[in-house]
Amino acid sequence: MRTIALEVEGVRKVFVRKDRTTRRRGLRKTGKKEEVVALKDIGLKVDRGEVFGVLGPNGSGKSTLIRLVSTLLLPDSGKLSVFGHDVEQDAFAVKRMINRVSVDAAFFKKFSPIENLMYAARLYGMDPAEARSKMRSIMKRLGLKEETFNNPMEHMSRGMQQKVAVARGFLTSPILLLLDEPTTGLDPHSKRDVQAFVREIREKHDATVLLTTHDMDEADRLCDRIAIIDEGRIVALDTPEGLKGLVPSNNGDKQTIEDVFIALTGRGFEEAEAEEVTT
Amino acid sequence: MSSFVREMRGAYAFVERNVNLIKRYWGWEIVWLIYSLTNALAITYIGNGMSAISGQEIDTQYVVTYLLVGALIWQYLSVIFYAISEMIAWERWEGTIEYTFMAPVSRPTHLVGTTLFAIGYGIVRTLVILGIVVAFFRLNLAGANLIGAVLMLLAGSVSFVGLGIVAAVLPLLYPERGAQMTNAAAAILLLISGVYYPVETLPGWLQRIAAVSPATYVIQGMRACLLEGQATVRLLPTVFSLIGIGVAIIVIGLIIFGYVERYAKRMGRLKRSG
Repeated sequence: MRTIALEVEGVRKVFVRKDRTTRRRGLRKTGKKEEVVALKDIGLKVDRGEVFGVLGPNGSGKSTLIRLVSTLLLPDSGKLSVFGHDVEQDAFAVKRMINRVSVDAAFFKKFSPIENLMYAARLYGMDPAEARSKMRSIMKRLGLKEETFNNPMEHMSRGMQQKVAVARGFLTSPILLLLDEPTTGLDPHSKRDVQAFVREIREKHDATVLLTTHDMDEADRLCDRIAIIDEGRIVALDTPEGLKGLVPSNNGDKQTIEDVFIALTGRGFEEAEAEEVTT
Repeated sequence: MSSFVREMRGAYAFVERNVNLIKRYWGWEIVWLIYSLTNALAITYIGNGMSAISGQEIDTQYVVTYLLVGALIWQYLSVIFYAISEMIAWERWEGTIEYTFMAPVSRPTHLVGTTLFAIGYGIVRTLVILGIVVAFFRLNLAGANLIGAVLMLLAGSVSFVGLGIVAAVLPLLYPERGAQMTNAAAAILLLISGVYYPVETLPGWLQRIAAVSPATYVIQGMRACLLEGQATVRLLPTVFSLIGIGVAIIVIGLIIFGYVERYAKRMGRLKRSG
């Protein structure tokens, strides 16, 4: 029987910000405040055990969606549920089932990986001995050297910090793991390690993964299905192959996810990102 | 695993985190200790110099003890206030606030852990300062009711836990300047609560505000115990009132905190950058 891990129905999220001098695309000015529509009536269903990708340029609403599922934001309208538990009404139950890895590896920088992970483990009510053994095993699996486990995080590279973040996300055995651009800014070696770990989660553990990325190859290789999101809207949702089938082959070359993005939005991925940065 | 064990582990997470923060920022702890110590000494020296200032014969010993009691009690209460009000500010500074708020740990559990740490930390710091200060001044506590003083101090702690929770909403509401706003709240309490002078010396309108500050009663009660040796039984009405007021402030604080947390989630203010 099909089990829905995550259901998002008609979710809309608007942020109110102080007025800026330059006008941004998609903003509506209201006196001294401006409204930024981050998500416009988003709807999707993620099956249990699936690696579901949300692909879009910076500022397209990917992180907002992850924060809504993480109970860190409340939707203005619509509904989100995790394994049937409403994210707003039953937040505590949802929190027990999820964990998140974000693009910025947020830690107590003067603490060691062990101290940071132990803090997380205690917050999730884990047995300290079990947590200590598990965190060591995950960090080793991610390629971190044991001698770094007790060093301050601030002395670690960005890639190493992100691996500790992945370890923290998986330590509590979430059945829905939210990965918000987990490989952005990583060197190729660290990126491969993290991607291999995501594949392992899918193959060996009973976990569902919601992965946001703006790396199209990553989405193509890791995800069972991909939703392409642009300016707060889902413009396409299918398997990687299904998405590629939406656009005709160009001079006999294989279609790429970028071809799909261009065909659906009328602009290239880098162009979309540049617009978000400059506007 | 019982939910009680899970919640206690959650509460201990905050105790251990704060102890680790002290270990990692030990230089800052020394700076802060020197600041608190020199403040206590400077204020107490005012009492020592009262005869010289006024040119009149004054019971300097009494004035010194009066000021020292105020300085030490304020030191303890303000540590509790800051330790709790900073429970959000620390997470903002380090960027971990979203991870803590995403964890399945209730706000009362968060508070229990932070309070246990705050009381322990406040006692240790105050004892260290007391130990150093007695090397500078002769502290006459003959006839003091020490048991009553401890009782009064613990009862007063409850109110300051509540005030700390109320102040902790400021960094939630104002990501950039919220932590600094708590300093203003502490300064107002210091002004109106008769820490270094009787509240009767304040203008009438400030005296009316002083009447609603729990610190006013804690400090009056502590002085009654330490300077006048007032019997514990006579302190009990004040102790029970302080506990009652403290519990009420904690409940109100948690309600306010819950409301503001929801507002922050609605407005997207939990994000690190705000």
